[in-house]
Amino acid sequence: MTEVTTTARPTFDAVSVGDELPPHAYPLGRWELVRYAGASGDLNSIHWSDRLARKAGLPDVIAHGMLTMGTAIKIVTQWCGDPGAVLEYTTRFTRPVVVPDDDAGATLDVRATVVSKDEQDRTVTVEMTVSCGDEKVLGRTRAVVRLP
Amino acid sequence: MPVDPAVIGRVYPPSPPYEVGLETIKEFAEAVHAEDPAHRDRDAARALGYPDVIAPPTFAVIAAQRSEMQFFNDPDVHIDFTQIVHGEEDFVHHRPIFARDRLIATLFVDSVRHAGGHAIVTTRVELASEEGEPVSTVISTMVERGGAG
Repeated sequence: MTEVTTTARPTFDAVSVGDELPPHAYPLGRWELVRYAGASGDLNSIHWSDRLARKAGLPDVIAHGMLTMGTAIKIVTQWCGDPGAVLEYTTRFTRPVVVPDDDAGATLDVRATVVSKDEQDRTVTVEMTVSCGDEKVLGRTRAVVRLP
Repeated sequence: MPVDPAVIGRVYPPSPPYEVGLETIKEFAEAVHAEDPAHRDRDAARALGYPDVIAPPTFAVIAAQRSEMQFFNDPDVHIDFTQIVHGEEDFVHHRPIFARDRLIATLFVDSVRHAGGHAIVTTRVELASEEGEPVSTVISTMVERGGAG
């Protein structure tokens, strides 16, 4: 793990609307789903049992929406250097992330762009795009971040 | 069976305190790839101006989902839990969640509507300290497939 230094943190004045944050990609395999189930206490069986996922009408096991949402925000927290600076975070769950029981699993691709600045609060709004393969899996994903 | 619109506006009794564990924060941070030292090391969190290790931005969902069970277990709510999908999630943080916080959750039913053959329920959980300081607002929209009756 690399040390996160506060000197690299973007300041409000240095950030412009249209700035793109460095993109991120994350593996989501069955192992990650089981780990999130344990850490969050969300033990819904559609996130770990092929049989019960299919019984619920799904093609296979799917990732917890909150695992996808919780992982995606790292693009913002790593950029701003302070996870406590995220004041608001919102998303729609538009498509399930299907996670097959194989070595590859699924991959989440996250991109983010600064879409507005609030001079009075010294906050910026970041719009995020979260996809798996060619499909967007989250919609209207936005975070409001306070910058120094 | 449809959700009775009479539950709109219902407020459930505040939960017993949820005590935020340092190890729980670390485990949650690992699970969402949150590598920031402020989730693990008190000195790193203090360097950012916080009194203790802070939780990742979506950690509040743990206490919120426990509170939301009051709605799903309400005898006036007839929801087939196997047909529930998560529609939307919103977090508004009044301050970060710190290790050792004791959070009180109060659950509100903000809306119930029926569309496209589905029942769509929006709940809001207000998380506060035992002293009543607002910590986080968590708004969840759940869709019961085929729940419009």
